[in-house]
Amino acid sequence: MTDMAYEERNTWINAAATLVSYVVYLGIILTRAQSVPLVDIDYVAPLLWTLGSSIVASIVGCIVGACIWGRGCGKKDVRDREIELLGGYVGQSFMCMGGSAALILAILKADYFWIANAIYLGCVLSTVLGSITRIVAYRRGLGFC
Amino acid sequence: MKPTRVTNGIRSLRFAHGEMTQAELADRIGVTRQTVIAIEQSRYSPSLEMAFRIARVFGVPLDDVFEYSEDEEATA
Repeated sequence: MTDMAYEERNTWINAAATLVSYVVYLGIILTRAQSVPLVDIDYVAPLLWTLGSSIVASIVGCIVGACIWGRGCGKKDVRDREIELLGGYVGQSFMCMGGSAALILAILKADYFWIANAIYLGCVLSTVLGSITRIVAYRRGLGFC
Repeated sequence: MKPTRVTNGIRSLRFAHGEMTQAELADRIGVTRQTVIAIEQSRYSPSLEMAFRIARVFGVPLDDVFEYSEDEEATA
């Protein structure tokens, strides 16, 4: 962590916060699913809380990271921007998949539960896979793909 | 793994110029130290503009800093 670029460190924090919050959400939903059918579960509160928590955890994590390993804080160069762009391309494709899945589910008149969860999963995959792409690009270079 | 065919002699040039640190070079060309490390390890090909800035820091022509390998295996 000490020798990591500021942006790389933030990418790790963001990916971890998103992944952990989604696992917590899944845990809550699957626990509730033991007594109630999936579509009848009150998923809105856990979804909003875990989504909000992941955003807050990312921000707090980045601030704490900057305080502990402050070197290079806020410094972003051309390589960081190129890597960010590459991660953005990968992440965006999963966001589109989540949106398309939600659209199909809406056309099929699926329950709101499935539509909301398709979008949420799309967001999580977008963040996590976009972050993994960025981390690999930082570690192995932009020419890895 | 070296994903680029562009190799360079930045490390030796730094030592030849009063053991210049990576942080010092990074400051002079306006990038982070991690980017200098990535360039030195051939994990990142700098833009033409950045390459000229690096050459100017050492006061040498571009060819003395960077080399383009024709050998396909050099990138493996």
